[in-house]
Amino acid sequence: MPSGSMSGAGVVVVGAGHGGFQLAASLRQHGYDGSVTLIGDEPSLPYQRPPLSKDYLNGKISLDLLLMRPEAFFNEHRIELVTGRAVAEIDRAGKAVVLSSKARIEYDHLVLATGARNRVLPLPGIELDGVCYLRNLAETEDLKERLATAQHCVVIGAGFIGLEFAAIARGKGKPVHIVELVDRVMARVVCPDTSAHFADAHRATGVEFSFGARVERLGGDGGRVTHVALQDGRSLPADLVIVSIGVMPNEELAAAAGLAVENGIVVSEYLLTADPNISAIGDCASFPSRHSLKNPVRLEAVQNATDHARCVADRLMGKGGPYSALPWFWSEQGAQRLQIAGLTTGYQQVVLRGDCEKGEYSAFCYAGDKLLGIESINKPADHAFARRLLAAGRGVTPQEAADMSFDLRAAAMARPN
Amino acid sequence: MPSVTYVSYDGKSTTLDVPVGTSVMQAAVLHGVDGIVAECGGSCMCATCHVFVREEYLSKLPEMELGEDAMLDGAASPRRPNSRLSCQLVMTPAMDGLVVDMPETQT
Repeated sequence: MPSGSMSGAGVVVVGAGHGGFQLAASLRQHGYDGSVTLIGDEPSLPYQRPPLSKDYLNGKISLDLLLMRPEAFFNEHRIELVTGRAVAEIDRAGKAVVLSSKARIEYDHLVLATGARNRVLPLPGIELDGVCYLRNLAETEDLKERLATAQHCVVIGAGFIGLEFAAIARGKGKPVHIVELVDRVMARVVCPDTSAHFADAHRATGVEFSFGARVERLGGDGGRVTHVALQDGRSLPADLVIVSIGVMPNEELAAAAGLAVENGIVVSEYLLTADPNISAIGDCASFPSRHSLKNPVRLEAVQNATDHARCVADRLMGKGGPYSALPWFWSEQGAQRLQIAGLTTGYQQVVLRGDCEKGEYSAFCYAGDKLLGIESINKPADHAFARRLLAAGRGVTPQEAADMSFDLRAAAMARPN
Repeated sequence: MPSVTYVSYDGKSTTLDVPVGTSVMQAAVLHGVDGIVAECGGSCMCATCHVFVREEYLSKLPEMELGEDAMLDGAASPRRPNSRLSCQLVMTPAMDGLVVDMPETQT
């Protein structure tokens, strides 16, 4: 395993998203002096994804502000950046990756940060022009251009991405109809109270929803999408359709190399695969989290990718401990902010704290008396305190959470026992 | 164009010209100044662009909003009276010459 001393082939990172970039940057920050190669399949310099569905789509920031770092950073930090190249194969016996161009790059340690890709609906008409996705830069550029002239937007899937898109489209005065299979927004990640608040906020800006609705097919004219046909017989006019029904982990490269995959590349609490020379991080990694009731988990978040990267970089520098960072997430939808600390899957009880009328409150999610996570709606202070509390493993009882005279700040800022 | 000087934890100083309307965080990231992480991209969500503002410039900065105030409590390096999140410091002509010190760690 490489350490701070000079080694031969060094560290190769497959995937130049948040996790891959952070891994390369952290190795250099810690003084690693072997070679570091960062391979990405997109043509651009590594860039930040969260602003794609927010300020970048909205035209508020330019491409240079989207980049993780300017080009000079990679030269100065001796990070060999390979862009626009896909890795075709991992040769574990030879400790090398093989690019689609057949070029071989050897490694001492390989980090898979391959991310995830859009889930595509196997529907008739899905190939029509005007059916779009919002995950990478190229898709966002395309969408931005189409949104400027769109007349009717239909969003399939009421998750973070679909809702963030809807808020921007409404901001531009476009009619937006969201079709969702289940009965509420963001059902996979937030409690029903939070779903209701966000659905109301979107309705207030003019977004239309069809819940419990299944798309049957996309209809078109001359190869361009013109409408979305639902199974209940309705037909929604649409010249721009956003498919935002989640993502799938890019695990095929690992699987083809004989590594275990199951909803992601299977790794230990050290984020190591069964091969001691291969780690996996970020959206593509299925790992045990001490913050989850149910394990393993696979998380799609910037925090997860960058904290995974820091953990693996530490390990490669010989300072490794198990991964233990607290998961947190955020979404900005028009004027509404959602911040989540912890993993709430498996909660049985929700305590609301704050001003629900005004839409500034937090939902404390419990399993028994155990605080799993806190969803903060337009309440950033609660989120900051929630992160401190949960990271330190300190609880707040449901009674305390419900009591507005309970000092959450004091509890969060208290020194660990 | 107004300038900003970033002083790293080990004392290295970098001075940049920062256009009015650009944040102190954005300029640092654009020029690859070490010590500003800005994990959330400037949404005031992560407190990894924490800086200490030199005393004489404090009164020239935009007022701190509740969100920034809260996130500073969660910063990795302990907050001080002159702590700010640099993503919230959008340049104005009055801020010309601003000097900020970087904390020991952002994460």
